[in-house]
Formats: sequence, structure tokens, C-alpha cells
Amino acid sequence: MQQEVVLALLAKEPSHGYQLRARLQQALGPAGDAMNAGQIYVTLSRLERSGLVTCEQAAGLPDRPDRKVYALTAAGQQRVSAWVADVSWPGPGLAEFHLKLIAAAVARLADPLAIIDAQRRELLRRLRDAQRAAIAEPAHSDAAPLLEGIVLRLQADLRWLEACERNWTGREDR
Amino acid sequence: MTGERRGRVLRARGLRKEYGRGAGLVRAVDGVDLDVTAGEMLAVMGPSGCGKSTLLHLLGGLDRATAGEIWLAGQRTDRLSERELARLRCEAVGFVFQAFHLMDELTAAENVELPALLAGRSPRVARRQAADLLERVGLADRATFLPAALSGGQRQRVAIARALANAPAVVLADEPTGNLDSAATLEVLRLFDSLHAVGQTLIVVTHDSRIAATADRMISMRDGAFIDETRLTGGTSGNLADLAGLGG
Repeated sequence: MQQEVVLALLAKEPSHGYQLRARLQQALGPAGDAMNAGQIYVTLSRLERSGLVTCEQAAGLPDRPDRKVYALTAAGQQRVSAWVADVSWPGPGLAEFHLKLIAAAVARLADPLAIIDAQRRELLRRLRDAQRAAIAEPAHSDAAPLLEGIVLRLQADLRWLEACERNWTGREDR
Repeated sequence: MTGERRGRVLRARGLRKEYGRGAGLVRAVDGVDLDVTAGEMLAVMGPSGCGKSTLLHLLGGLDRATAGEIWLAGQRTDRLSERELARLRCEAVGFVFQAFHLMDELTAAENVELPALLAGRSPRVARRQAADLLERVGLADRATFLPAALSGGQRQRVAIARALANAPAVVLADEPTGNLDSAATLEVLRLFDSLHAVGQTLIVVTHDSRIAATADRMISMRDGAFIDETRLTGGTSGNLADLAGLGG
């Protein structure tokens, strides 16, 4: 699991591991089915060792095996902010961007529509570079299909951003 | 045509277009301010129904605004009579549409001659101009073809040649690649790019990100208003090698 995703889910409030896991499963739907139960705890203990989260034993609920509450440190906060603002692409995958929007909305880190706009600007610049290269390439050159592939893939990504935009437009939880 | 400071071709202030009334009132364009510099290529993007086509029609004088001011090629257009507006449209604006809107019974050359004839040029001048324009869009050898005998990309290039017939101050294009496949889209993009390179002012409304990406500036529109503006001429933090999967 992407460390920043887990950090961002903690940005709203300190949580138990099982709460984070439930949140992730809700956000990912069927795409999250393969996520194994221990993954989130492995990530949390790595984050703790790197000083990005702290862990405290919570009082009460003695019947629950999981009583640890995780919270962001200042360094963790910084890492989350940098991640939300990052527009590099292609990233590790669709899920990361999707979770960024959800985490940003839940923790009120940023308006998901503003994140989408920033990402769109970056993709359009890349598309512009690829498109210019494609325009300059003579027809039937060996490189033309590769450039067209880059263009079409960026275009698909931009269409997906439109779909994300539709999903977040007018929602009250953003 | 690059470098030196150039004039403004189009300016709009407080532009509004409303349809219906009372509870059924729709603000298709809702308070738009816009400045377009000579030689600039501007893309307006947004989901269908965001008002971008209506905006283009207002800017080009195909439709009247409910409120607001428009200057086109130095003239205030929102106060012109229908007749004056039609004249200005013919001389200062070239339109390109998604569905080409060529006359089916006229050849490619005759379609391109038409605006020049309507503007009062002699048939001889119109014919020579049309030949030049078809040459410019790479279709000199298709001059005598009817639109039905041309591919979609070729039809749109004829329509672009027609839009250029009266050397317009601005070309307004509404989803010009909406009916085209990937290869034909590239033809049209090449053509826009070459027009842009010689200083033609272009405004394109589209939801095709490939067109938007060839512009100098991209405006996002939602619910009749501008919500984001991007200059695309800066560099990127990525590069083609990364995008092609060659990154380290």
C-alpha cells in the first residue's frame, strides 16, 4: 500500500488500523478485494519507524485486539501536503490518484476539484509536448505509432479526469 | 509574428446569455470576461452543456448576448444592427464547425470561393484565392471534388480553407475534430498548427484534449463561467521518454 495514501487517511483524525482498512475498502470497492488484511499494519509500522506517524495505546475497549491509535506527526503532515500537491504522471496507478481525491476531501486538505484541475494542467502540458512531437514527425515514420500511443494514452487519462470531475462536482462532502 | 507586442483581436466583458425565464431560467453563459491577442491560439474546454458553444456564437456574432460587451477587430459588436453584424461576420470571422457545413452540391473550390463572393470580390479573385487556400491546406488536387468524394479530414480542411477566405481577424472553431478519427484529427491539428505559426488568431471550443493541448492558453468552462486558465507554453516536469515507458 502506498505510504502516502495511509498518511492522508490519517490527516482528518487519529484512527485505528481497522478503521483505515474499512475506509480504504469502501473507497476502492471491488478493486480493493485483493488487499490483504495485514498490509495496512505493515505500512503503519513502517511509517512509525520513519517518524511519520505516532502510535498510542487507546484506553477502553478491552475486547478488541486492536487498540492502537495512529496519528500523524508534523513530518507526516508535511509529507501528505507534498503528496496532495504532486502532479507527476504517470504515477503508480489510478487508485493512488483516486484515493488522493478521497483523502483530500475527507480530511479537508484540498478541494478535489482543485487537485483535478492541477493534474489536468500538468497532463495537458505533457500532451502538448507529445502532440508537438507527433505533428513534427513525418507520416509513416517508425516513431509515429509510439508518439500516437503516448498521445492517446494521455488523452484517455484526461478523459478519466473529466469523469472524476463529474463525480466530485456538486458533492457536499468535498 | 512572434515576440513583439500585438494588438487585441477580441474582448468581452460581463458576457451573459440567458434562455427561458422564471424558474426555467438557464444561464448558458454567465459573466464571461475574455481578451484574445492577435496571433494567439486559445482553447476553451468543458463538458457538454457548459456553454462553450453558446459563448463561441456570441463572440462570432451568430447570436446576441443577453448582457455584456464585445469588441471584435476594433468594433463594438453588441450594438451593431443585424445588417452591420452580418457584414462584420463575413469579413472578420471564419467559422469551422464539427459537421463541416459544406454545400454538398458545390465542389471543394466553389465552397471556398463562396465567402469571398459574398464579401463582394470578383469571381476571378475569388477563384484564385480559393486555389491558393486549397494549396495551403494540402488539397490542391481535390479542388474539383464534391464533399461526398472527400474523407472527413479532407472535408474539414476544405471547411478551414473556406473559413480563411476573407483573411479573418479570428477563426472560431466549434469541436472541429468531433467527427474525425485519430489520423484525421492529426491532419487538422497540423493545419491549425501551421496557421498558428503564421500568426492566425484561433479560438477553439472543444472537449478534445488533443486540440486543447496545441493551444497557447486553455480555459476550462463549467456552468457558463470560466473556472480555470492554463498557459500551456511552459515546459513540463516530465519528458517523452518517461511517457513512452523508457524512464529510469
